[in-house]
Amino acid sequence: MTRAPADSPEKATSTKGVGARLARREDDRYLRGRGRFIADIRLPGMLDMAFVRSPYAHARLRSVTKPPSGGEWVFTAADLEDVSGIRADSGLPGFRSSLQPILATDKVRHVGEPLAVCLAETRAAAEDLAELVDADFEELPAVHDMMRARDAETPLLHEHWDENVFLETAVDIGFEDAAAGAAVVVKRELRTARQCMAPIEGRGVVAVWDRSLELLTIHSATQMPHIVRTGLAGCLGLDHGQVRVVAPDVGGGFGYKGILLAEEVCAGWLAMKLDRPVRWIEDRREHLTGGANCREHAYTITAYAAADGELLAVDCEAIVDSGAYSSYPFSACLESAQVASILPGPYRMKGYRCRTWSVATNKPPILPFRGVARTGVCFAIELIIDAVARDLKMAPEAIRQRNLVTPEEMPFSNITKKDFDSGDYPEALRRAVEAIDVPGFRERQQRAQTGRKRLGVGLSIFCEQGAHGTSVYHGWGIPMVPGFEQATARLTPDGGLELRVGVQSHGQSLETTLAQIAYEETGIDPAKVKLVHGDTAYTPYSTGTWGSRCIVMAGGAVAAASAVLAQRIRNIAAHLMQAAPDSVVLSDGMARAGTSAVSIEEVARTWYLKPQLLPDDVDPRGLEATEGYKTVKDTGTFSYACHAVTVSVDLDLGHIELLDYVIVEDAGTMINPMVVDGQVLGGAAQGIGTALYEEMPFDSAGQPLASTLADYHLPVAADIPPIRILHMETPSPLSRFGQKGIGESGAIGPPAAIANAVNDALAALGVEVTEVPLTPERVLRAIHGAGMRETQP
Amino acid sequence: MKPAPFDYAVAGDLAEAARQLAEGSAKPVAGNQSLGPMMNLRLARPAQLIDITALAPLRAVEETAAFVRLGAAITHAEIEDGEVPDPTGGWLRSAAANIAYRAVRNRGTLGGSLCHADPAADWAIVMTGLGATAVIAGPEGERRLPLEDFITGPFKTALHDGEILIAVEVPRPGTGARWGYWKFAPQVGEFAKASATVLNDATRGIQRCAIGALGRRPLILDAPGSLIDGSRTPAEALRSALPDRPAETLALHLAALTRALETARAEESPSA
Repeated sequence: MTRAPADSPEKATSTKGVGARLARREDDRYLRGRGRFIADIRLPGMLDMAFVRSPYAHARLRSVTKPPSGGEWVFTAADLEDVSGIRADSGLPGFRSSLQPILATDKVRHVGEPLAVCLAETRAAAEDLAELVDADFEELPAVHDMMRARDAETPLLHEHWDENVFLETAVDIGFEDAAAGAAVVVKRELRTARQCMAPIEGRGVVAVWDRSLELLTIHSATQMPHIVRTGLAGCLGLDHGQVRVVAPDVGGGFGYKGILLAEEVCAGWLAMKLDRPVRWIEDRREHLTGGANCREHAYTITAYAAADGELLAVDCEAIVDSGAYSSYPFSACLESAQVASILPGPYRMKGYRCRTWSVATNKPPILPFRGVARTGVCFAIELIIDAVARDLKMAPEAIRQRNLVTPEEMPFSNITKKDFDSGDYPEALRRAVEAIDVPGFRERQQRAQTGRKRLGVGLSIFCEQGAHGTSVYHGWGIPMVPGFEQATARLTPDGGLELRVGVQSHGQSLETTLAQIAYEETGIDPAKVKLVHGDTAYTPYSTGTWGSRCIVMAGGAVAAASAVLAQRIRNIAAHLMQAAPDSVVLSDGMARAGTSAVSIEEVARTWYLKPQLLPDDVDPRGLEATEGYKTVKDTGTFSYACHAVTVSVDLDLGHIELLDYVIVEDAGTMINPMVVDGQVLGGAAQGIGTALYEEMPFDSAGQPLASTLADYHLPVAADIPPIRILHMETPSPLSRFGQKGIGESGAIGPPAAIANAVNDALAALGVEVTEVPLTPERVLRAIHGAGMRETQP
Repeated sequence: MKPAPFDYAVAGDLAEAARQLAEGSAKPVAGNQSLGPMMNLRLARPAQLIDITALAPLRAVEETAAFVRLGAAITHAEIEDGEVPDPTGGWLRSAAANIAYRAVRNRGTLGGSLCHADPAADWAIVMTGLGATAVIAGPEGERRLPLEDFITGPFKTALHDGEILIAVEVPRPGTGARWGYWKFAPQVGEFAKASATVLNDATRGIQRCAIGALGRRPLILDAPGSLIDGSRTPAEALRSALPDRPAETLALHLAALTRALETARAEESPSA
């Protein structure tokens, strides 16, 4: 099995292919303001939509009354004939199914739930009309606290259920026996706050009905056009052939754009009903109130360890606040399924027990945010590891070295049967400790021990299972299971290369990295490669861009299709040069055999326009190939990272300053190290948001309390310290080039590392933080000992 | 998030603006950094906006031996960049430079901020702390109010209908005067969670300690001299000034006052 991490990304020999720091092909249009995003699409006769949304978290909807004037431009659930609501059933046993109406019918279940839609020439006029719609509610007690959602006296969201639980799971792997021998038992209650993903561009849709083609075109700011097409066709009762979904330039996704929205279904229906283009551009207020939420987990976690720090067993009860509905396609239970299976992470242990509850509350449906449950479980396991270390008076790095999987154990199947493909976790930890200079920092920390600003260092180490496929997602029960990924490679008559992929690039730099992969196989300059993506009419079916899967899956598919195309190019070129096909080498746009050479452009021209010159046995499928790809095993690539951070904590203000931040990252073979850096940095910024700032509180009536960006605090440039990224490069034995999915990694580690650093800083005071975000108020409360468990104001 | 329908007019002169505002359903607007978002959320729904940004008296600067008079429509950025005189030798510039972020400072105005009277805003506490004077024009002519009387509560001022804040007179500190302004905003661009100013101007015989971001108008503490000379602790001063507030809610304000006092002690006088 492949091992031995390489030291430096600079070993790349190619300047354009795999391993090259090729400048992003996307940047030119983005930096010049030439991107075309959903709100840039203007069509003749287009109407703007504005939704009337529920002001209540939980209420019976008695009636919705249209205004006497303009009422013909107002539509309610009663108008939506032949439209089905959104259902996303988990395949796991015991799942309770919810139906999310397109427009509310008899009940509303979260603030912001749409109950009517209004149309006008401008958004402002549509909002004017929306103000005139009258809705009559009977308010019901709201389920606002996931910890009490299961109480007998709590009202039911879905009245045909017997409790507010989408799914309960339990796993027990030799727990009792392993725990019995423990010298120390450490238990904590830990929480991560509800967040709202905040791509710079919100959601949006432009729907157009072509009555002659009977084709509904949905332009949508989405990460997964094919899945939207499938979901939308189902809700509207259309054939797939009647629906085309186009994702234009998309301004960030992070999972927020990985769901089918009721608003999209509504737009599709309206476009057909009115035979006019309609659009809905989400604004930040509806995004923050009624839009997706994420991350809200509560853990009661207990670690059992031997006196030498050996981790014997972990016991965990986790509650995930799944909100009101199971959203399509990921369902309400992906997070809890992940929690149970990935909590042990890269640590060896003999016993493990985990129970999870995906509870329903009067909040928007939970969605998988970059990192999905990994951010929460990393927080839980890494904080408990540090707590054990403090109990045993061990250094955080020492207890981790004691328990991390070693390279000699690779490939490694951990206690939950996660198959780690490759890597050297202890080495990543060692490099992080060295880079942040833990010994030197300990001296500085000692000197600050009497001041009002205390210093601390924190670590987190974790894996990111990425590009995992059929068996894993089937096991997690989600209604959309990925299989083979396909790509088409097509040589154009001028010798250019067109790649068609079903995934969608909205910040992943796939227009660059997939071109690099194609170059590796065909020798065609990336500047001559055009990536066609984000359009169901042009691309092979794909579950889309999520789960850190693109560079492995779409990359593998592009390599496979490009390789087939390359062979056909070589065959034709061989004939033109009168050389043996296996003697032909493709490089820099040329086919060469010995001293002979012919351009790939000439090969293309021959196939398309001068077929009289082709060999008799030429492959009639021509210079276009569609190939499917799966990894050697579909258990996923395991990239991993160690985050190390030093902080100062102001005891008077509860303010945390990040002093230094190091990330040792192993992405396997890097297709483009610059793109990997970008992914890691962007993710880390979001992880810092989770750690320090982002929180969507709800009051006891289920009202969201951060409905503008003045109250919902995102990390800004000034909050992000210089982050030093050190690469290791252990190829995955499972993927085409050894590459591993890396897209979510940066967002996983920061909450754990930063909270551990704060706890290190405050350890001398006997203070421990257990919840993120670590707002000044929360840190001060911990310091003043005034109750650390209160999160809901 | 689009505003309800409204009319917009640019006032030609002060008298015209006053006339338009006297009609009652209009609101004056300058930088539009607070009113604009409120209108977008439809929390404010004026029938008409009267743009007073370009009115001459609101753009004027006047310097005397005792003070500098800054027009109300002067932007934070103009103060930050030193495009208008700073009588304090840099205290105003430094306060301006830390208001929100640059995009807000480019449009937001001194007068607009004071009239909005957000308890956590910078100018409310800084101008109160410096003992500045609001110059108000209205149907009855001009009047002057000390800043502490101009701001009457959270988002409340002493302006009557038809009155416009046209300028702020900032007194020149005496030789050797010391100043401390300290605010706690965990993130750039945020409003302060706590703020305090300390002015120790022995030449003019003025000492003043003020606390901002309390959800009310700035609080001027009694007996500032005892805080400045250290004979009374900030905790005692806050406790006696705000007896109804639990101590833990004052922790950040206590830190702000303590650090403003430290800053004032360390501060070199600009005119020394």
